[in-house]
Amino acid sequence: MSGPSDFQPTNPALKWIERRLPIMGLMHSSFVAYPTPRNLNYWWTFGAILSLMLGVQILTGVILAMHYTPHADLAFKSVELIVRDVNYGWLLRNVHACGASMFFFAVYIHMFRGLYYGSYKEPREVLWILGVIIYLLMMATGFMGYVLPWGQMSFWGATVITNLFSAVPYFGESIVTLLWGGYAVGNPTLNRFFSLHYLLPFVIAGVVVLHIWALHVAGQNNPAGVEPKTEKDTVAFTPYATIKDMFGVSCFLLFFAWFIFYMPNYLGDAENYIPANPAVTPAHIVPEWYYLPFYAILRSIPNKLAGVVAMFGAIIILAFLPWLDSAKTRSSKYRPLAKQFFWMFVVVCIGLGYLGAQPPEGIYVIVGRILTIAYFAYFLILLPLLSRIEKPRPVPNSIADDVLAKSGGKAVPMVSSVVALMVAGGLLLGGAESARAAEGAPKPPAQKWSFSGPFGTFDRGALQRGLQVYKEVCASCHGLSFVAFRNLAESGGPGYSVAQAAAFASEYKVKDGPNDQGEMFERPGRPADYFPSPFPNEQAARVANGGAFPPDLSLITKARSYGRGFPQFLIDFFTQYQEQGPDYLVALMQGYEDKPPAGFTLPEGSYYNRYFPGHAIKMPKPLNDGQVTYSDGSPATVAQYSKDVTTFLMWAAEPHMEARKALGLQVFVFLILLTVLLYFTKKKVWANAH
Amino acid sequence: MTTASSADHPTRRDFLYVATGAVAAVGAAATVWPLVAQMNPDAATIAAGAPIEVDLTPIAEGQDIKVFWRGKPIYISHRTKKQIDEARKVPVASLPDPQSDESRVKPGHDQWLVVIGICTHLGCIPIAHEGAYDGFFCPCHGSVYDTSGRIRQGPAPTNLPVPPYTFVSDTKIQIG
Repeated sequence: MSGPSDFQPTNPALKWIERRLPIMGLMHSSFVAYPTPRNLNYWWTFGAILSLMLGVQILTGVILAMHYTPHADLAFKSVELIVRDVNYGWLLRNVHACGASMFFFAVYIHMFRGLYYGSYKEPREVLWILGVIIYLLMMATGFMGYVLPWGQMSFWGATVITNLFSAVPYFGESIVTLLWGGYAVGNPTLNRFFSLHYLLPFVIAGVVVLHIWALHVAGQNNPAGVEPKTEKDTVAFTPYATIKDMFGVSCFLLFFAWFIFYMPNYLGDAENYIPANPAVTPAHIVPEWYYLPFYAILRSIPNKLAGVVAMFGAIIILAFLPWLDSAKTRSSKYRPLAKQFFWMFVVVCIGLGYLGAQPPEGIYVIVGRILTIAYFAYFLILLPLLSRIEKPRPVPNSIADDVLAKSGGKAVPMVSSVVALMVAGGLLLGGAESARAAEGAPKPPAQKWSFSGPFGTFDRGALQRGLQVYKEVCASCHGLSFVAFRNLAESGGPGYSVAQAAAFASEYKVKDGPNDQGEMFERPGRPADYFPSPFPNEQAARVANGGAFPPDLSLITKARSYGRGFPQFLIDFFTQYQEQGPDYLVALMQGYEDKPPAGFTLPEGSYYNRYFPGHAIKMPKPLNDGQVTYSDGSPATVAQYSKDVTTFLMWAAEPHMEARKALGLQVFVFLILLTVLLYFTKKKVWANAH
Repeated sequence: MTTASSADHPTRRDFLYVATGAVAAVGAAATVWPLVAQMNPDAATIAAGAPIEVDLTPIAEGQDIKVFWRGKPIYISHRTKKQIDEARKVPVASLPDPQSDESRVKPGHDQWLVVIGICTHLGCIPIAHEGAYDGFFCPCHGSVYDTSGRIRQGPAPTNLPVPPYTFVSDTKIQIG
């Protein structure tokens, strides 16, 4: 389509360059003069959205790599230090982590759009296959990126996924050892995953260039599925497509920003706030939501090799789509049967995603098998069959005819599809949640927190009292190793002055050294020191606590959660409910019962707790009325203590929460303004075209 | 004539385009800010750069020690009478970077020279007790400093800087 450009710069210097390297002509013919079908709908803006997301991920990723340490002993901590200490580190991490989900969300819409409108058909086969390759690369990149924070899910996700390759006959074990660089997932694995996670996005960018090149050779498909014939069928890429894409991007950024600033952990797993532990597998290994359909296919097949083959086959089969569906009519708009089956296929994919998050037992396995068969049948039986028997409706003569036919058209289908997709997505995510809900413990009652919601701030008094409770009670067994004394004086915290924080620090003894004699020594704490842990190592902690390891409390409010289930999980997205951890902790501290219910045998050295998973907890009832004396006259009750200390621990887990919400408000005001302006600008620009 | 006037009278359309462009530009600029600000030292690094105290009692006359503050080597020299005299004898005006020795030490503590041991040329660490002036000699490009850490010879443009410090007691200083 885009032949040699007739673009000629007038500036002599630019002319000089252009004669030697016609880059401006290339840009002009590709992104300005390039004719784009005039009937494209908003589903077509996801190409631009995906380009933006790739850029965002590469940019934030390169920056995060400046602060990240790819070492098994340091990776988890370095990620926490990014969030706590690096300027805007919390923002960059949230953008990158949520960005991965947004990237996949957009790519799925992009793929389903291609599927619906037949964008893979002649002459766009290579364009489609390049897209499948990009998708595969994205999956590999996303998986390796998820390993880097080196939390529990990172570690065990890496273990499970690399073990997929052990299904290969004869060479399986050797391949897995090669991937690990050791006898198990460990530091060498983390190092190579970091290296590849940095490399692959640039490979993706390279394939994206090919993808766009192929697109510009074949030209864009469009909702009518007929090729442009005359000039009336197309408009210039700039300004028409550009402004429409910008409006689409702006809307998408609003959605993205909701996650970044208000729901950063909504799509994540609480388990990944627990540092990787090769000795303990989490109860539920659930991959990130965007892998769930394929995970369900893997688990549906009761044979290791066949399961792995089916899982990869489910992706590879997409590459053969242009030949499986040989129908001449491109757009499903004019294929009454294909259209219905398309939506059934969407439901199958979402159903598989839901099942991927469920425990592999009972009815879930049976339904999983049915849906797996349906998935493959769609490609292998249905599409080839439909292309032979279906009677398509007549397609419009030209794009211009299509536009005229539906001027005064309705935007309803787009809106309703978006709503349907969001509900479906919520179902998928809710599925992941309800897997955890099936633990048997009652749901903790919801508390009122000053820090919840978009305008939430910490109650300074509660933070100060909570610190007191931590210091006088919890600190005898639990560390707080990611919190430094200086943090106590930072804005958004308990509101102490720098001098007060220094005085608080000096009450602690901190180990330092070696000195000139080569010996370690103790000195009073300084603001830069971190809260010292009560035990020198895990073994010492276990010996002192009857075999149990009191967890570090720095991240405990984010590392504990409970299933919300569907549809509550979806409602949480709009109400910004993020307080599963705090609610659980309060319930736990108040959930002790002197006598276990009849029929429950309590193991030796354990205590009965209503809310603890399994009910037998090794920690004795930590708080009792009157145990801590408050100086501000707040009631000396367990209820008050537990709320105060939980507030304090919420702050400890996210010291910049107030900054996050405050910036979020500014960003939202800005983005809404920009979106409104872009909407009207788009309308004005397109007024000439209609 | 009505259509040709858009250049003279900005239309509502032009205003919309300019406003949209301006808002987008502001957004782009604001986005760049955190992307650049993250390169500055993080909070842990800044906190670790707090003042340090150094005990001077182990340093015998004629000796020096090197301590680190904010990642920079600090030379603390216990100067001999001869070294002090050498530093004070030279006419200040003749120096490339004129500074009196008195202004580079704390009054009453003339024997203690505290300087940041980073050559002002290109950042190498000069070697103490070397060079023609009995002070510091930078092996990288041959800059020579005297017993007051002042540049005397070579490509370095200025004297070795004196870090902020105070005497907490006669035998203890606080740097920073």
